[in-house]
Amino acid sequence: MTLARLWRGIADTARLMVGVPSYRAYRAHMAAAHPDQPVMDETAFFRNRQEARYGGRNGGRCC
Amino acid sequence: MTIAGRIGWIALALVGAAALAVIATARGEAVNAVWVVVAAVSVYLIAYRFYALYLAKVVVGIDPARPTPAVRHPDGLDFVPTDRRVLFGHHFAAIAGAGPLVGPVLAAQIGYLPGMLWLLAGVVLAGAVQDFMVLFLSMRRDGRSLGELIRMEMGPVPGTIALVGAFTIMVIILAVLALIVVRALAGSPWGMFTVVATIPLALMMGVYSRWIRPGRIGEVSLLGLVGLILAILYGQDVAASASWAPWFTYTPVQLCWILIGYGAVASLLPVWLLLAPRDYLSTFLKIGAIAALAIGILVVAPPLRMPALTRFVDGTGPVWSGSLFPFLFITIACGAVSGFHALIASGTTPKLIASEGDARFIGYGAMLMESFVAIMALVAASVIDPGVYFTMNSPAAVVGTDAASAASAVTAMGFPITADTIAATAKDVGEATIISRAGGAPTLAVGMAQIFSQLVGGRAMMAFWYHFAILFEALFILTAVDAGTRAGRFMLQDLIGLAVPSFRNATSFVPGLIGTGLCVAAWGFFLYQGVTDPLGGVNTLWPLFGISNQMLAAVALVLATVVLFRMKRERYAWVTILPASWLVLCTVTASLMKLFSSNPAVGFLAHAARFSDAIARGQTLAPAKSLAEMGRVVMNDRIDAALCALFLAVVVSIIGYGIRTCVIARRLDHPSASEIPALAVAAE
Repeated sequence: MTLARLWRGIADTARLMVGVPSYRAYRAHMAAAHPDQPVMDETAFFRNRQEARYGGRNGGRCC
Repeated sequence: MTIAGRIGWIALALVGAAALAVIATARGEAVNAVWVVVAAVSVYLIAYRFYALYLAKVVVGIDPARPTPAVRHPDGLDFVPTDRRVLFGHHFAAIAGAGPLVGPVLAAQIGYLPGMLWLLAGVVLAGAVQDFMVLFLSMRRDGRSLGELIRMEMGPVPGTIALVGAFTIMVIILAVLALIVVRALAGSPWGMFTVVATIPLALMMGVYSRWIRPGRIGEVSLLGLVGLILAILYGQDVAASASWAPWFTYTPVQLCWILIGYGAVASLLPVWLLLAPRDYLSTFLKIGAIAALAIGILVVAPPLRMPALTRFVDGTGPVWSGSLFPFLFITIACGAVSGFHALIASGTTPKLIASEGDARFIGYGAMLMESFVAIMALVAASVIDPGVYFTMNSPAAVVGTDAASAASAVTAMGFPITADTIAATAKDVGEATIISRAGGAPTLAVGMAQIFSQLVGGRAMMAFWYHFAILFEALFILTAVDAGTRAGRFMLQDLIGLAVPSFRNATSFVPGLIGTGLCVAAWGFFLYQGVTDPLGGVNTLWPLFGISNQMLAAVALVLATVVLFRMKRERYAWVTILPASWLVLCTVTASLMKLFSSNPAVGFLAHAARFSDAIARGQTLAPAKSLAEMGRVVMNDRIDAALCALFLAVVVSIIGYGIRTCVIARRLDHPSASEIPALAVAAE
């Protein structure tokens, strides 16, 4: 594993720990599955995920 | 398995057995903490390699070729096939909170050995099994939540019962977590200042990540960390300043009201402003502190000064009352088995898992990791002078409030300590006093400060590390209170929505406000009760929390048993029946004792009777100062007793429904579990 990949893995892990999945994966998914639909930019994606993590019904954190 | 592999596992088993032998045979001399770590890690690795593999391959029949929810309908947002190491981090960060840090600290009053053995046996046979099974169930059902899974497999009535149970548990958890913060910050201007400072800090971070550099979580967290360290350093000056210190010095009752007000306001603010940025800080600080503690224990290799067993195995300990069975298994919930994880394992994780083959690593593995955190907390509580431990954890009603009375009371318990040592320890950690700072957090902070200061900074840095540890605990407890109030509000709206459907609307204002108000009032009530309790409140609330958390675990394991029967795999159902039975035995015994024990220190009703008899005679019993206060004590006892009875009713009815569903499933000649069929690939 190259150092760049290792770093990317750590960054992805840290971001998912606070509920933000990979934007790259989102772009790749939209390009592959829904090329006709509008794609959120990175800011909109970040806000969407923030709202989904804390604003919705799955705000439970463990004791 | 190759020959080399076999030899390797046999060697590991021998190392683990040797470490356990060292711990078991040391009599009179201090055991080094490293032996505990070696024993624990050996047990975890062996359990993961053999038992977890058996669960995955034989018991449930994991099929890596079968598409997971993330593969069936990926959307790039909620359903994303995720690398298993990345997902492990997410799942671990979601399950590990204050619970595994506090329970073992409280359990150390009977010595480190019983707690350690229960943590190891409990996680391997119960806790990790539950997490893995619920993850598996949810993964095969499109990532449904625990309530929905129970409804699907057992029917609507048990589904609703479980929802009521989950809400009540949430209330108790929030109250007990808030109580820990109150106990840690009362009369501590340094601690209070640093925690208050996190609010403007988080607001600034919120603005930064909303508008200035959106989405730059790493950047904003680093800025926040710098702010936190400055707050800890500056807090020392605030505490020393005659004009500033009074602004940050509060009594427990004042702190209780501050927290209730904070909880209500914070949970109505937009999430990006306060909750999200503080969650970044608390999550990364939590992971960092856990890693640092592991390194610290291995490098410093401190001896355990707490005896393996203390005289308090007989149930007369000052921290919590009651005999080893069942109360040890209630006191240590998280770290051994925690029902709350069933909500997490049926939350976001099953929607992100890329392959069924990963479920063992994430479900079983992350829980082993949490157990390791609990083992480290137990070590941290056991490396400090036992005299200091009991000075900090005994209620003021037992040890008094000054160093001389505390030293003589704790020495009389059999843990010799001088008034000078008590005063010196308080000075080392930069606090006015360390006497009866119950709740676990301050004790853990002293233990962590002792380990960290031997690593970096020496005695001069001890006060810094103590307040760092307090801040780290307070930070994620406040995040949990905030996030929990929001989640509790939705649970409540769903429950009321069963009767009044319009109440379910998540976005409309009035139901949201009512839901939030009711939720805050509910945990605020128990918090106030705990804060004003002369025995420290931990004594009353922690057992209620443990009982409820373990009962939820029993419910989740009953669900898993039902599904094994419905899958026609009942010959393997012992893997869930065994831990479920043990949990039911412990929790039912404990709640019956809490209800009916004639010892007022244990039984709620006996305590109520003692006070109401005194009222009838026109007497006031300490700590109550008036007959009105006496009446409140009786009322609190009866509410706690009712709550205990409610938990009992929940678990008994779920068992009843579970047995009925198993019997029906057994009579059928075909599997009846409502899984998504293996062939329904890419149904979209």
